[in-house]
Amino acid sequence: MPDTMMNLHSIAAAVPEIYLTAAICIVLLFEAFVGAKRPGATGTLTLLVLVVGAALTVAYADVAHRVVLFDGTYVADPLAYVLKLAGFLAVAVALLYSRAYLQNRDILKGEYYVLSLSALLGIFVLISANSLLTVYLGVELLALSVYAMVAFDRESGVAAEAAMKYFVLGAIASGMLLYGMSIVYGLTGTLNLDGIAVALSAPHNLGVILGLTFIVVAVAFKLGAVPFHMWLPDVYDGAPTSVTLFIGTAPKLGYFALALRLLAHGLAGVTVDWTAMLAPLAVLTLVVGNVVAIAQTNIKRMLAYSTISHVGFILLGFVAGTVNGYGAALYYTLVYVLMALGFFGVVILASRKGFEADKLEHYKGLYRRDPLLALAMAMLMFSTAGVPPFVGFWAKLRIIQALWETQHLWLVVTAVVMSVVGAFYYLRVVKLMYFDEAPESLPDTVRSFGVRFALGVNAAAVLVLGILPAPLLDLCARVIH
Amino acid sequence: MHDHLLSLLIWLPIAAGIVVLLLGERNIVAGRWLSLVASLVALALCVPLVRDFNTHTAAFQFVEKAAWIPRFHAYYALGVDGISMPLVVLTALMTIPVLIAGWQVITKRPAQYYAAFLIMEGLMIGVFSATDALLFYFFWEAMLIPMFLIIGIWGGPRRVYATIKFFLYTFLGSVFMLAALIYMYVKAGSYSIAAFQALPLTLTEQRWIFAAFLLAFAVKVPMWPVHTWLPDAHVEAPTGGSVILAAIMLKMGGYGFLRFSLPIVPDACRELDTLVITLSLIAVIYIGFVALVQQDMKKLIAYSSIAHMGFVTLGAFLVYAIVRSTGATQGAAMGMDGAMVQMISHGLISGALFLCVGVLYDRMHTRQIADYGGVINTMPVFAGFMVLFALANTGLPGTSGFVGEFLVILASFKASFWYSALAAVTLILGAGYTLWLVKRVVFGPVANDHVAKLSDVNGREFLILGVLALAVLALGVWPEPLLKIMEPSIQHLVSQAAATKIPV
Repeated sequence: MPDTMMNLHSIAAAVPEIYLTAAICIVLLFEAFVGAKRPGATGTLTLLVLVVGAALTVAYADVAHRVVLFDGTYVADPLAYVLKLAGFLAVAVALLYSRAYLQNRDILKGEYYVLSLSALLGIFVLISANSLLTVYLGVELLALSVYAMVAFDRESGVAAEAAMKYFVLGAIASGMLLYGMSIVYGLTGTLNLDGIAVALSAPHNLGVILGLTFIVVAVAFKLGAVPFHMWLPDVYDGAPTSVTLFIGTAPKLGYFALALRLLAHGLAGVTVDWTAMLAPLAVLTLVVGNVVAIAQTNIKRMLAYSTISHVGFILLGFVAGTVNGYGAALYYTLVYVLMALGFFGVVILASRKGFEADKLEHYKGLYRRDPLLALAMAMLMFSTAGVPPFVGFWAKLRIIQALWETQHLWLVVTAVVMSVVGAFYYLRVVKLMYFDEAPESLPDTVRSFGVRFALGVNAAAVLVLGILPAPLLDLCARVIH
Repeated sequence: MHDHLLSLLIWLPIAAGIVVLLLGERNIVAGRWLSLVASLVALALCVPLVRDFNTHTAAFQFVEKAAWIPRFHAYYALGVDGISMPLVVLTALMTIPVLIAGWQVITKRPAQYYAAFLIMEGLMIGVFSATDALLFYFFWEAMLIPMFLIIGIWGGPRRVYATIKFFLYTFLGSVFMLAALIYMYVKAGSYSIAAFQALPLTLTEQRWIFAAFLLAFAVKVPMWPVHTWLPDAHVEAPTGGSVILAAIMLKMGGYGFLRFSLPIVPDACRELDTLVITLSLIAVIYIGFVALVQQDMKKLIAYSSIAHMGFVTLGAFLVYAIVRSTGATQGAAMGMDGAMVQMISHGLISGALFLCVGVLYDRMHTRQIADYGGVINTMPVFAGFMVLFALANTGLPGTSGFVGEFLVILASFKASFWYSALAAVTLILGAGYTLWLVKRVVFGPVANDHVAKLSDVNGREFLILGVLALAVLALGVWPEPLLKIMEPSIQHLVSQAAATKIPV
């Protein structure tokens, strides 16, 4: 029937989610029947699923214009396309890096992959959310999958503690989000973000500000902005490193989309109000993240605080409150994910069975033990510090540019001063690897060729995108209008 | 070839550096020769650069322009004028003695050592030849990475402290410059330095931008009171690192003042020139006294560098005081000429002095002045070189050191008697600390058994010191060609600096 045909055609933009849902079921069944006998097969299948998913996304979800589906609850646009592709890529790379790590700790189980995929689905739902309900659905799907992943190593007490902390605080944040949404719904009478954008056009309305406060708090919590960041270092530190790698990368794409869809799109009419709330949060986040990172002796905690500081930069893009600002935040998010994949990847590769390379001192003299890994880490650290010729420089440049366009002198000053503070602890890692002598008894790093090659490509990408930044910069500016 | 001469100068050393890196420590003999050949080719490429340089125009020459980031109107734009061309040549020249000086001396990861210096050479030439501010900043910051590694890996006992201090200091200065550059981009819609120079800016804007530039360039020069990284970095850096630091990297600060501060924010410069001149005079006098009491040869030369660079900033900012006291810009060019000659000359002399210290250090493994004495008895040829460079450092007529200082003091007379009186103190102080150093190290009876066993310079060392000695003498006796190259660009710069950019 032509009608059905048309419907099928029209929902083509939702192929990534539909496909992923089906794939989750298949992976689950595969694990039940085959995976138990052949550990590792599920992992291979999952990688395949992700590659096929990326291909399908390119084939079907590459929409030229904004498409709204399912009664206005779902949106597909070029931004969603880019974020979803990045999501597939980030999860695939994260799972690739994690494999040996999981195996060494006897947690190479199919459920790990199923949870990763369902978290990715949650990310996708967030990316394409066009209604408060869809937003909430995405938040919860992502959060629940990730809680379980943090606690995946059942033997580990710290992991259980981290998961518990994450769960309880996450539940509070979800409650906040829901409460804020309910106020907005009460004021506008619609759940649809397009509808809300039309209904809420006058700023400084007390009711809206009340609802907005809860929403901003929830977004800040999810992103890990100060003072709602307490969970982040504990979770990054307590979770198995492979999970830290996972939650440090792909979910950022989802939470970026959450902020963008909710604040920049749905609540666009009251941009003045929420930028005023985000500005102090962003400054606090930058300062606390960078300063506290200096005091860390555990590299996972240090990178957690570094993540917090980068969230500060991403928030600054939102504080600009302009298309250029959002474009800058998108660019920053993508670049950050690329770099985080790299440096958490190094932490994973430096760990062996029965040995977690989670202390800074474990990186002493890494150059002697594994020049390639040290080189990759050095490039990533310089990039994260924002030193050219690496891509991290452009991310910071883009944010500062957006802030100048909106005349935020003091935010610019804060941003540049804090990037110098940040440079210190990134340099310290380079110092440990290159200038210090290696202690005697550290185990070898992972030598598997495939993973090392992927990490090499990852580090090289940071350099190449730094020397030739135009394509990615263009892409980010093009998909956000 | 002329269309891509500057690109070749930038990328050839970088490419060679990467090849040396890939050859690895096992093929170090090949890597060493490749480095030397690459740096010699780079110097050879400077021959057409100098020969075909048009000395009748202030316009940029050997220009290249290619799209880099179309969205930001940022271009891969290169070009040199009379101010940057001599610095490009200086960079290409000074890299060679550094590579030769490390020939047998560097035994720890030599391939990386050579690669780092080659990559530095390309990046530094990039800094001097970029005509797009974003490209300039790109090279300016990227250069910190190899220098950070050079000091950190091959440096002395306190190398980690020194290198992190060096990196953070310069990074702090630079990020404010970046913020200023982006601000101007938002106003001008382009990252071209020429567009910034043409951009009208209110006095308030100019003050802020001036402050940002001052922070960036003052750290690099370095000016008192943000100089404290330099003695640490110099003392800990390996000989080659010290040479490049003193000979080239400090010049970037001076170059920044000439290329950015004066033409982009002339009104703020006019208002705040006394500040810069005061800081420069403090550097000349106070740091001169500090140099007198140093026990460590490298530290002494490092402080002497700060004092000499004070002349560069002094000469560059004299223009306003000259206009105020004489009502005309005549004579201002002399100050800037002096600043430029001082930069080139200091590049040669300080580089040579650090190489001399390196020669001694390689034999004695100490830089303490007290450990030496009577070196002339065992190393007569070396002593000859060291005395020559020391005299050049004090500004002896006939050496390049004289020309720059003389021009600046002469120009400062036109500005104010007190400026020149204070600046002239350097003639006494400079002679004091340098000659006293020579007296304690070179002359007198043989101080101890170690000195008695010293062997004189070998062919390799003779070659590099000899070439530098010739350059110092040539520039001192006949500075005319250099002044002629700079003439139109300096005139143009004076008119830019004397103009006003405040919109009416």
